[in-house]
Amino acid sequence: MSRETLIDLLYLFSATTFVLALKGLGSPKRARLGNLVAALGMVVAVGATFFKYVDGHALHHVGLIVLAMVIGIIVAVPTARFVQMTAMPQLVAIFNGVGGGAASLVSITEFVHVKSTHPATYVALEVLLGVLIGTVSFSGSAIAFAKLQELMTGRPITYPGQQILNGVFGLGALALIVAILIQGSTALLWVLLILAFVLGVAFVLPIGGADVPVLISLLNSFTGLAVAASGFTLGSNLLIVAGTLVGASGILLTRLMSKAMGRSLANVLFSAFGSVVTAGPGAGGEERSVRSGSPEDVAVLLSFASRVVLIPGYGLAVAQAQHVLRELAEVLEGKGVEVFYAIHPVAGRMPGHMNVLLAEANVPYEQLKEMDEANLELQTADVALVVGANDTVNPAAKDDPSSPIYGMPIINADLAENVLFLKRSMRPGFAGIENELLDNPKTTLVFGDAKDTLTKVVAAVKSA
Amino acid sequence: MGNVLLQYATVLVLSIFVGIEIIAKVPSILHTPLMSGSNAIHGVILVGSMLVLGGATTNLQEVLGFLAVILATLNVVGGFVVTDRMLEMFKAKKPQAPKAKDEVAS
Repeated sequence: MSRETLIDLLYLFSATTFVLALKGLGSPKRARLGNLVAALGMVVAVGATFFKYVDGHALHHVGLIVLAMVIGIIVAVPTARFVQMTAMPQLVAIFNGVGGGAASLVSITEFVHVKSTHPATYVALEVLLGVLIGTVSFSGSAIAFAKLQELMTGRPITYPGQQILNGVFGLGALALIVAILIQGSTALLWVLLILAFVLGVAFVLPIGGADVPVLISLLNSFTGLAVAASGFTLGSNLLIVAGTLVGASGILLTRLMSKAMGRSLANVLFSAFGSVVTAGPGAGGEERSVRSGSPEDVAVLLSFASRVVLIPGYGLAVAQAQHVLRELAEVLEGKGVEVFYAIHPVAGRMPGHMNVLLAEANVPYEQLKEMDEANLELQTADVALVVGANDTVNPAAKDDPSSPIYGMPIINADLAENVLFLKRSMRPGFAGIENELLDNPKTTLVFGDAKDTLTKVVAAVKSA
Repeated sequence: MGNVLLQYATVLVLSIFVGIEIIAKVPSILHTPLMSGSNAIHGVILVGSMLVLGGATTNLQEVLGFLAVILATLNVVGGFVVTDRMLEMFKAKKPQAPKAKDEVAS
């Protein structure tokens, strides 16, 4: 068997592991195994590549390749290992961004490399698409990272004529590609690179923080496509398969995510969601008649309930209160109170994020109820305890057609006998929308840091 | 040359179908790990980066290729480690789950 055949066989093995891995990641039982299988496939692919011939000779610069890899590993491993789980979405964003950047660089290098040989038009086209998509993914992910890391405002940034300008950027990039195909000029390639960078930034600016996870999924898909484009250029089936798999499944995943928020993908991307705080019926007056209580009040209410539903939101994670919440649940169960957690599909900052955060706090899996199941249970619940959530329990999504979140599936906290809100302030939630549930007569608010409040509640329940 | 392009296009089209088919039914709790896992998989651009740096003939190509390998390594390694960390947590409560259920039942 020739060397090239053997390498191609190993690549086939890797491509197979990627398919199996994606399949595995879709099932709770095999997810972790799936990820490890893909990692194995990746090691095999990279190992095989060291023995590959390029342009009829063995790889040059093997030392440089190893050096670059070592640098990458030294930066990536500690970052991935030790960053707080709450910061996970931005971590995925940045790792996706660098992938897009790499795909773009590969395409640029390849363009510079093959230009002298006057490549066929389609080769140049693949290269240019790789540069465009990869760079958009890179700069877009960087802005998404900045938004989630709160290096910049999470609110949508809008200006007049934004959509038109973005359209102009997009068409401009395509026109440039055509011009480069005709002229073959490297100078124009740099212009395309800059324009793609600006396009990525401009595309992400109007998207609000709450929607950024959907965006990251889309950019993830873009990076996959950029990788597939590089695969065409380099003549690598492995890159085409892996890139396309991620590109296709990423787009589907993006749609699933926006569906979980009750919105279309177009709506997420282009509507600058939450930029306008509508003065709907519930948000009218300045004076709001809310009832606030103390942690002790909460403790009494909880202790005498027979069924309590905990509704955690991102505020819980920000306050690092997952562990105290679990402690509260345990204390209540010790008193014979039935407790479970109602998890909104987009609680946290990403679908499934809240499950991960609660799992980290050792919350038993069977206490987590998904939204539909939770809504059935809520009808017979005595108390719904909302910790750091807001938009995901806002009844405006059901009954106020003028609300920007109208149509989003919510957890019906208002069905419970009593509703308790642990909040930092009266400030509206991430999407910037007032919540009329706060004024509901059966609602009691407890202001303060979620962790402090919960600690006091736990103490009070214990002594009650 | 045209035949090679057609062969790549075939692979592309089939991969699109596989990609869509494979994640058609994923529970929402696994959306985040799935995104993160597929993020690691497109890190396969590392292979492309190696080929580009390995075939570099000018300083410009060397610099670009070197940067590409660094970025791609970040993508691959970071992607797999983060995904594993997420999934580790799902795994942790698996042994507890059946036990807890038995206790309730008994």
